[in-house]
Amino acid sequence: MHGLVNKAIQSFVCDTYGDDAWASIVGDAPDVPHRFEAMLSYDDPITDRVIDLVSRHLGKSRDTLLEDVGIYLVSHPDVPGPRRLLRFAGATFEEFLHSLEYLPDRVRLALPELELPPIRLLDAGRRRFTLETGELFEGYAHVLVGLVRAMSDEYGALTTFEYSGRSDDASLVKVAVHAKRFREGRDFRLGMAVT
Amino acid sequence: MSVRDGSQTTLGRAALDRVLPLHLVLSAEGEILQVGPTLAKVTADAPLLGQAFFDRFELRRPTGLGSVAKILASPARTLRLRLNGPSPIVFTGLAAPLDDGCALVVLSFGIGVVDVLQKHDLTSTDFAPTDLTIEMLYLREAQTAALEEWRKLSERLAGARDAAEERAFTDTLTGLGNRRAVDALASKLVAAGEPFALVLIDLDYFKEVNDSLGHVAGDAVLKVVAEVLREETRRTDMVGRVGGDEFLVLMAGVAETGLARDISGRILARLDRDIPVPGGLARVSASIGITATSHYCQPDFTTMMQDADQALYRSKAGGRGQYSVGRPAGPVARTAAPGER
Repeated sequence: MHGLVNKAIQSFVCDTYGDDAWASIVGDAPDVPHRFEAMLSYDDPITDRVIDLVSRHLGKSRDTLLEDVGIYLVSHPDVPGPRRLLRFAGATFEEFLHSLEYLPDRVRLALPELELPPIRLLDAGRRRFTLETGELFEGYAHVLVGLVRAMSDEYGALTTFEYSGRSDDASLVKVAVHAKRFREGRDFRLGMAVT
Repeated sequence: MSVRDGSQTTLGRAALDRVLPLHLVLSAEGEILQVGPTLAKVTADAPLLGQAFFDRFELRRPTGLGSVAKILASPARTLRLRLNGPSPIVFTGLAAPLDDGCALVVLSFGIGVVDVLQKHDLTSTDFAPTDLTIEMLYLREAQTAALEEWRKLSERLAGARDAAEERAFTDTLTGLGNRRAVDALASKLVAAGEPFALVLIDLDYFKEVNDSLGHVAGDAVLKVVAEVLREETRRTDMVGRVGGDEFLVLMAGVAETGLARDISGRILARLDRDIPVPGGLARVSASIGITATSHYCQPDFTTMMQDADQALYRSKAGGRGQYSVGRPAGPVARTAAPGER
């Protein structure tokens, strides 16, 4: 697994619950590195193990935890990168939804080793969509739900989500956009926010 | 006008604005007749419309073309244009003839788009979806973020490597203890009040081996010397490499210099021969300085090292290939008898 995935979970815990929470989660687990490096690779089972440990420690279900990680990646002020990169995808939330199909390719442009499973957007009309994605790890679709939910806020759209389970190897998420511009979205400029 | 055979197609103003938001239409005389919407946006402070093209733009490549007709007739495909003003913008451009000697000039910010964006609030809708500018900006930002992660990782790894080296007690070339290992043991012995003898060994002619036979040969010599030292010392003695060609033997439990002298003599004898190394035979010898805790009222490692060092230099001055015993400086220490502590 690309270290960025594990590092995202670690950062989520540290930025949301504090470094101590992370220390006590990994402190009792000799089989898990105490800190992840975003640019290194780790064995796949480690990711599952970390998700389990965090889920147990925080008393959250795996699905809820992973959705929270997705929201965190877009909305936490300390991680401006993903939000900005996702905003490049389009001027409106619907454009953004359509651009999700290009997300794995875009990610591969920046990080050739990070292979995200393909994403498909089925447009059912009347602003109803179904997102279909493969699994990067168990529950990956919930990260995507959190991400899209936070991006909806980002664009000021009013959107509801319904995780409608799996078919074959893919997870399905129903997305309903009730208002394209429910409130003012957050500011986005193409000029680089140099950190 | 016929679209079907492609011989001539006219684009209306609205269509041009839509597909080429960064364009100009010039009259044969060089008057700016039409300005694409994105170009109009970045020049809003000093509108271009109705102005003379050659007043507002400097044609940097190809040079020396002062009229629209000459631009259109030029074999050069690429135009480099500089929009003059308080915040100049450099464009890459392409010109094509229209009716009546007019010209269509299509512009691009090129790589300079990043600077333009710092000054003008452009959004993705200011670029045609077929224009890869947005993708370039995305890629630039993503790459910068990835590079930053790499940089941080390299820094952490370099820090970890330094820390590991700091903690290391072994000289990687010879497998002997290093300076830190020697220091650590010496402080332990001093703190515990345990007697010990100290043998400081500096190779003679080592620089010559390195210079004439190379560093590989030099390294081979160091390994052989390390082996000799290990073999000629007791199992309980610590042998360390404390400098490039400097070694040290700490003999715990030995208060006097007698045993150290015996060992030094054996070491000198063993080194008095040619050492086969890659590229030939190397010949070195050693100069040795010895001291022991019985020479001191209150042994301290730094002073003992200085005394051993002085003794070593007496050996060097005396013709090399020999050992000398250090005397503590000052008469007080000199009177110290063994067991007095």
